[in-house]
Amino acid sequence: MKDINFTFETGKTNIIIGESGSGKTTLLKCMVGLNEIDSGEILYDGRSFFDLDFKGKKAIRKEIGMLFQGGALFDSKTVEENVVFPLSMFTDMSVEEKRDRANFCLQRVNLNNANNLYPSELSGGMKKRVAIARAIAVQPKYLFCDEPNSGLDPKTSIVIDSLIKEITEEYNITTIVITHDMNSVIEIGDNIMFIYKGEKWWEGNKHEILKTTNKEICDFVYATEFMKDLKEKFQ
Amino acid sequence: MRVFYHFGKYYLFIKRAFGKPEKFSIYIDRIFEEINILGIGSLGIVAIISVFMGAVITIQSAFNFESPLIPLYAVGVAVRDSMILEFSPAIVSLILAGKVGSSIASEIGTMRVTEQIDALEIMGINSAGYLVFPKIIASLLFNPILVVFSMFLGILGGYLFGIMAGVVTDYEYIYGITYEFRPYNVIYALIKSAVFAFIIASVPAFHGYYTSGGALEVGRSSTKGVVYSSVLILAFDLILTQLLLS
Repeated sequence: MKDINFTFETGKTNIIIGESGSGKTTLLKCMVGLNEIDSGEILYDGRSFFDLDFKGKKAIRKEIGMLFQGGALFDSKTVEENVVFPLSMFTDMSVEEKRDRANFCLQRVNLNNANNLYPSELSGGMKKRVAIARAIAVQPKYLFCDEPNSGLDPKTSIVIDSLIKEITEEYNITTIVITHDMNSVIEIGDNIMFIYKGEKWWEGNKHEILKTTNKEICDFVYATEFMKDLKEKFQ
Repeated sequence: MRVFYHFGKYYLFIKRAFGKPEKFSIYIDRIFEEINILGIGSLGIVAIISVFMGAVITIQSAFNFESPLIPLYAVGVAVRDSMILEFSPAIVSLILAGKVGSSIASEIGTMRVTEQIDALEIMGINSAGYLVFPKIIASLLFNPILVVFSMFLGILGGYLFGIMAGVVTDYEYIYGITYEFRPYNVIYALIKSAVFAFIIASVPAFHGYYTSGGALEVGRSSTKGVVYSSVLILAFDLILTQLLLS
């Protein structure tokens, strides 16, 4: 990856789009420190992540919530235990307080009566909602979402998108969403960065992306009949 | 050169696993969880194998000691020494490397490919410490108990089946298992079992932790974990025997 320079705004849903294999997930993994970078900087409110020592990196990671493509819920734990887990590791809350916080987060993602279920008993959409609840349990400053709609039906995708948008605005979080779903881009995208072959190709907002004439972006955005129709209507 | 690369990688992995815990109380809970899964869950298989192995050694020894110059109590001596010196520490550890090792490698490997380990890392948790340290400690604490349990059941199995088959008398067997007993042999067995316990928990965990890909690679990591830990157990068996008994 090279020549990527972008500022993600707080309280906004920042979207990174691009074709499969363009480097979106690699970029995300670099941002959260799962992959090392050869050069450049990743700044969290002025703190250069890779210049920090172990403690400093750990402090930033505690401010990060992440929604993985498959949910990445802990198989051996129930829904409630999954949400309570980061609270147990990093807070001195009592058992009651942790349970209350978990219930609050689960209700916030509209997941009631699922506390004692295991991840294997949940649908794809429910898993994503539990993952969001776990991510927001520790009140993160930064929320990273790796293809939150992958494997979901259109209706559930809208629910998850809306939830991400609402949470971002409600808690004033810096949210970064990786997706190749144009519906999500149009639904929730405040700022958009288009990546092509590992490079930042374009940046703008959802109105600008529909107007652009750049070939690579048009090939991506108008790949479906639905988007082609939308373009015609827009014009 | 690849050997040095993997050895260095394993060393760094173990160093990470023994890093400072985020919250000690959670690690204590995890150790008890692992004792239950890895230790208590292995009692059944260890018991069955030990009883039958003790019985087989008794009958085989009696069959081979046909000379009238060899007293029949030598059967008890053979069973005792075979169980304490080799069978209980080494063979039980090899069996555990298969049972526990494959379970550790596949559990951690699955967590890796389903991004659960990444989730731990992003939360700011030392994933190697959280996942592997409790397994190593649980194994170190419980393996010697399993080995002593195996020694007891093996000798008991030899006694019961020896009497039932009529190859040895009650008096001769008990005289044999107490004849010139060296308590140091038990200490030697416990030292070996502790070293093997470390191998059984850490080597499959290492292979599981560095799994990349999907279900096929999880299976491969599991196989590698079992094979490498078994080979290391045999190698350290030889080294420790030479060091402690020569």
